[in-house]
Amino acid sequence: MRDSLERVLAPLGALVLFLGAWEGLTRGLAVPSYLVPPPSAVLTAAASEASLLLVGAITTGRAALIGFALSAVLGVLLAILLAASRLIERALYPYTVFLQTVPVVAIAPLLVVWFGPGLRAVAVSAFIVSVFPVIANTLAGLRSVDPALRDLFRLYTASRWARLFKLELPSAIPELVTGLRVASGLAVIGTIVGEFVAGFSEGSPGLGIVVLSSYRQLRTDLLFAAVLTASGLGLALFASVNLLGTLLLRRWHASELQP
Amino acid sequence: MEKGCRSRIHAEPYERMSPPANPSASSEPPERANGLPTRRTTGIGITLTAVRRFFKTGVEAIAPLDLAIEAGAFVAFLGPSGCGKSTLLRLIAGLDQPNEGSITFPGGPAKRALAFVFQDPHLLPWRRVLENAALPLELTGIGKPERTERALAVLEEVGLADAAQRFPRELSGGMRMRVSLARALVTEPDLLLLDEPFAALDELTRRHLDDQLRALWQKRGMTVLFVTHTLSEASYLAERAIVFSKRPARIVADRRLTLPAERNFSIRSTPAFLAEEQALYEALVRGEGA
Ligand SMILES: Nc1ncnc2c1ncn2[C@@H]1O[C@H](COP(=O)(O)OP(=O)(O)OP(=O)(O)O)[C@@H](O)[C@H]1O
Ligand SMILES: [Mg+2]
Repeated sequence: MRDSLERVLAPLGALVLFLGAWEGLTRGLAVPSYLVPPPSAVLTAAASEASLLLVGAITTGRAALIGFALSAVLGVLLAILLAASRLIERALYPYTVFLQTVPVVAIAPLLVVWFGPGLRAVAVSAFIVSVFPVIANTLAGLRSVDPALRDLFRLYTASRWARLFKLELPSAIPELVTGLRVASGLAVIGTIVGEFVAGFSEGSPGLGIVVLSSYRQLRTDLLFAAVLTASGLGLALFASVNLLGTLLLRRWHASELQP
Repeated sequence: MEKGCRSRIHAEPYERMSPPANPSASSEPPERANGLPTRRTTGIGITLTAVRRFFKTGVEAIAPLDLAIEAGAFVAFLGPSGCGKSTLLRLIAGLDQPNEGSITFPGGPAKRALAFVFQDPHLLPWRRVLENAALPLELTGIGKPERTERALAVLEEVGLADAAQRFPRELSGGMRMRVSLARALVTEPDLLLLDEPFAALDELTRRHLDDQLRALWQKRGMTVLFVTHTLSEASYLAERAIVFSKRPARIVADRRLTLPAERNFSIRSTPAFLAEEQALYEALVRGEGA
C-alpha cells in the first residue's frame, strides 16, 4: 500500500518540481514566450484551443490506430511466413530490416502519390514505422520454442497447423506483446511524421498539422500543447497494449510475475 | 503407498489390449523367473542392431550397439554423464535417426504408442493441467469429451484429480512432474521412455513418484526404459539394469535384478538390494575407466 502510494506520488512530485522550476526560470530570466513558453502559457493555449487539439487528437489517433492494427496483423503474418522456413527467412528478412531503416520522411511524398493525401497515406506511414519490431519480436518468439516441446509435438505427429496454433504462436505471445509495446509508440511517431508531409490542412487537421501551423505562426505555446497531446496519445496506446499483455500473460508468463 | 495403485474408475473405450493382472497366465518371459508374479504385457519389445550415432561435430555418442529389450520389461539405463543415454532414448523414440544399424520393434502392435518424459516437466504454461494431460490425445485427433474423460482418469491415477483446473505455475515441482507423467500415460503407451525424470526433485517426492511409476507399470505392463544417475533408484525400480561406459556408449554390465516384485522402502536395507547397488556401482566405475 505504502509502496504503491510512493509509486504514484514520487513521479508526480518530480513533475511538480520540474514544472515549477521551468515556470520560475522562464519568468525570472524573462525568456521570450516564442522561444520557451512557461507551463502556464502552454496550459492557457491548450484551454483556448481545446477543440482544435481534440479534433487533432481524434484524427491522429485514428490514423495511428489503423497503422498500428496493420502492423500487428501484417507483422504477425509476415513473422509466421518467415518462420515457416529458413529459406524464406534468408530470402526476405533483409528486406524487413529495410523497412526499419527507410527514412519515412523521405518516402512520405511517394505515399501521397500512391495513396493520395490524407488518412490512408498517413496510416501507411505509421505502419511502415511500426511494423518492424512486431516482425522481429514475433519471429524471435516463434523461433525460441522449447525444443523439448517441439519433440513432444513430433512424437504425436502433430500437423503443421497444430504446431503453429497450439505451440508456436502461444509460445511467442510474450515476445509478440513486447513487439506491440514498441510498435504502439512508434505508430504515433509515424503518424505525426506522415501528417507533416501527407496530412490535410483543411477539414479536421491532425496534431502534426497543428504542430506545423503553430510553428509557422511562432505560436510556441500551442506547439508545446500539441506535442504534449501527441505524447499523451502514444502513452494511451502503449498503456492499452500493456494492459492487453498483462491480461494475456497473467496466468503463465514469468516476466509478468515480477512486480 | 506401494499398494496405492487405484483402479480406473471408468470403462476404457480404447481397450486396445487390456492388461488384467492375471497371475495364471503362462507366457512368462524367462528373466522374470525370480519369484515375480506373471502377467500379460501390453508392452513392445525393442531390438537394436549395430546402432551407431555420431554427430557432425565428430562426437561419437553410440558405438555400434546391439541390445534386445523384451516386451513389458522395466529397464534402467545408467552411465557416466555425456555417455549417450539421452541420445539412445531419442533414437528409440524416433526423434533422431541412427547413422548405421537399425531399430526394430518385434511383435508389437501395428500402431505403436510411445511416450517420452523429459528431465523437466515441459508443460504448456498457457494450458490448465487437464488440457496439458489431454494434449497427446488432442494431437492425435480424439474428440473433446473422450479426451477429457481419459485425461481426468489418468490425473486421478497420479493423484492430481484435484489440480485439474490449475495452471502449471500454480503447482509445485513434484506436481508438475506428475502432470508430465500423466501426459505421457494418457495415450496408454506400449513403450514409456523416461530421461532422468525425477532427478530435479527432492528425495521424498522422488521416492513417492518412483512408487507411483512402479505401480503403474505393474498395472499396465508397458515397456519402460528409465535413465537415471541414482543407483538406488535403478535398483528399486527396474528388473534389469544396463550400465554404459563413457562415450561412445558400450554396454559394461547388463544385470537382471534379483529382487522381489513388491518393492517398498524396507527393501532398500536388505542385503540383496545393497548387493545390487554395489554391483551397479562397480560396473559404473569399470565403465568410467574403460
Ligand atoms: N545434436 C547433437 N549434436 C552434437 N553433439 C551432440 C548432440 N546431441 C548430443 N551430443 C553429444 O553426444 C554426447 C552424448 O550426449 P547425451 O545427451 O546422449 O549424453 P547423456 O548420457 O544423456 O548425458 P547426461 O547423463 O549428462 O544426460 C555428448 O557428448 C553430447 O555433447
Ligand atoms: Mg541425458
